[in-house]
Amino acid sequence: MRGIVQADVDPMTPPILSTSDLTVRFGGHVAVDAVTCAFNAGELTAIVGPNGAGKTTYFNLISGQIPATSGSVFLRGQEITGRSVAQRTRAGIGRAFQLTSLFPNLSVLENVRLVAQSKADQGFNLWSMASKHTELTQAAEQILSRVRLLDQAAQVVSELSHGDQRKLEVALLIALGPAVYMFDEPTAGMSVDEAPVVLDLIADLKAHSDRTILLVEHKMDVIAKLADRIIVLHNGALAADGDPATVMASDVVQEAYMGRELEDV
Amino acid sequence: MMATVLSGDLPRSRVLALILLAILICLALAPFLFPGVRTVDTAARICIFIVLVASYDLLLGYGGIVSFAHTMFFGIGAYGVALASTHMGRGFDAIFVGATAGAVLAAALALLIGLFSLRVRAIFFAMITLAVASAVAVLVSQMSGLTGGEDGLTFKIPRELGPAFKFGDRFMGVKLNGKLLAYYFVFFGALILFLLMLRVVNSPFGRVLQAIRENDFRAEAIGYRVVYYRVAATCLSAAAAALAGSLYAVWLRYVGPDTSLSMEIMIDILLMVVIGGMGTMYGAVIGATLFVIAQNYLQNLMGAASGMFEGLPVLPDLLSADRWLLWLGVLFILSVYFFPTGVVGRLRHGK
Repeated sequence: MRGIVQADVDPMTPPILSTSDLTVRFGGHVAVDAVTCAFNAGELTAIVGPNGAGKTTYFNLISGQIPATSGSVFLRGQEITGRSVAQRTRAGIGRAFQLTSLFPNLSVLENVRLVAQSKADQGFNLWSMASKHTELTQAAEQILSRVRLLDQAAQVVSELSHGDQRKLEVALLIALGPAVYMFDEPTAGMSVDEAPVVLDLIADLKAHSDRTILLVEHKMDVIAKLADRIIVLHNGALAADGDPATVMASDVVQEAYMGRELEDV
Repeated sequence: MMATVLSGDLPRSRVLALILLAILICLALAPFLFPGVRTVDTAARICIFIVLVASYDLLLGYGGIVSFAHTMFFGIGAYGVALASTHMGRGFDAIFVGATAGAVLAAALALLIGLFSLRVRAIFFAMITLAVASAVAVLVSQMSGLTGGEDGLTFKIPRELGPAFKFGDRFMGVKLNGKLLAYYFVFFGALILFLLMLRVVNSPFGRVLQAIRENDFRAEAIGYRVVYYRVAATCLSAAAAALAGSLYAVWLRYVGPDTSLSMEIMIDILLMVVIGGMGTMYGAVIGATLFVIAQNYLQNLMGAASGMFEGLPVLPDLLSADRWLLWLGVLFILSVYFFPTGVVGRLRHGK
């Protein structure tokens, strides 16, 4: 499958996103260790590894929440390592968080509307009435109907169930519609009937756009179904990279991910 | 029509709407409904504090930014008008120049403080504002050649706004003089400023401020550069506070450190925002009205109450007019306890 996707990509075009020797140290602990990796347009890459392997930290370095100790991040060949989170977002890196991060005292609709407003670059409009920008409200409602939250549009976020908050977390990213989608365990803590809604959305994104998707996920069946490629992080370093079948069968995954790593410590 | 004037932000509670309407009518007709130097002075102070408190609400209630320099900006506007009127001579041009210069200076200072400290952490901003405000207050009292020091400055405003200017005989028993015009200058100035701020908080910009207050981390991650918005809100709020200060200077025809720069006013503003309800704008109207009236009349009321209980043990002493600050404190604690979301929050959500 990966071969087919790659065939579509002109070998001369640079990868949409890449990291080069990307490293971050917290004191003496190297959380992400010289990760060099490139992601192509239209590819869904699953990032796996045991807890504490540095997956979320790697995400934080790419989307800018944590500054890198050394190494670089490139978007469309352009270095963005020193840029702020908002600048990276505007350049096309969108992120959904593992720990739900929403605007708790605003309505569900307002949460999504704020994203639409950011995309429309209306943030510094001080004069018009926000409520009169019907195009933004409509855009937000459309996203809400895609994640099946339209019925809860008027509800305050803090009153939503956990599962619905997770859906909204994903909805904010989908509303942003970036060039690179970064999902950090999107179905964590969701019930068995809720998770498919989010997974279908990701599958839909993959099928109907040439967007790049990075997905941190623990459920192997989900990965097997969605991923074009898997990279494995272990102790912050890139331990394996390749198509799902090969990587999942490899020793490094069996050791690093499937829980056998404890034996060799 | 009404919705447009209020920028689509209706009171959303029948009781609140009635209270606001009552306050508006009372303030609009104050010189006729409550003739008397003291009552009209109270009404003018209410108008001015509504603007001042609303501008603080823009910062604290919408932006979630704590500042202790709000009276400094208020004072800058007041001193602007005083200095311009002293040096340019009395006239509307002096008021205009002084108010504009005050607002611009306040916004510039806010920009400077904001760029230095808001990049780091909101709490750092609070500490810096405290330091700068204290420094400015000391500076104003020391530079007595320019500012009049602790004595302040007394100055002349245009003749048309003074009691000596008469433009007709009595109307409904009220003298038609410049003092009446000065009141309406303050009233309409305050009304326009309040409606402008109501407009800003209901604009897309205002929504971003709310998002930042709720979760700055996520606001940044959906593409809003949080520091820019915080700095912009600080500048706007500073300029509005300065204009409120200019109105105050015009009304008092005097500025001094105690009337426009003291930390006590800063605390009053905080109390008014909290009592009225943060992040609602209308809370500023309610908070300022209740607080200024309490400040001006609680003492009298208690004096009367104390007289009523004469002869009884303890009660007259407890209710003595000198104890009014104690009771203001008690009122404040009770209001925060019973209305944690302020009067407006309580009326809107019943909780």
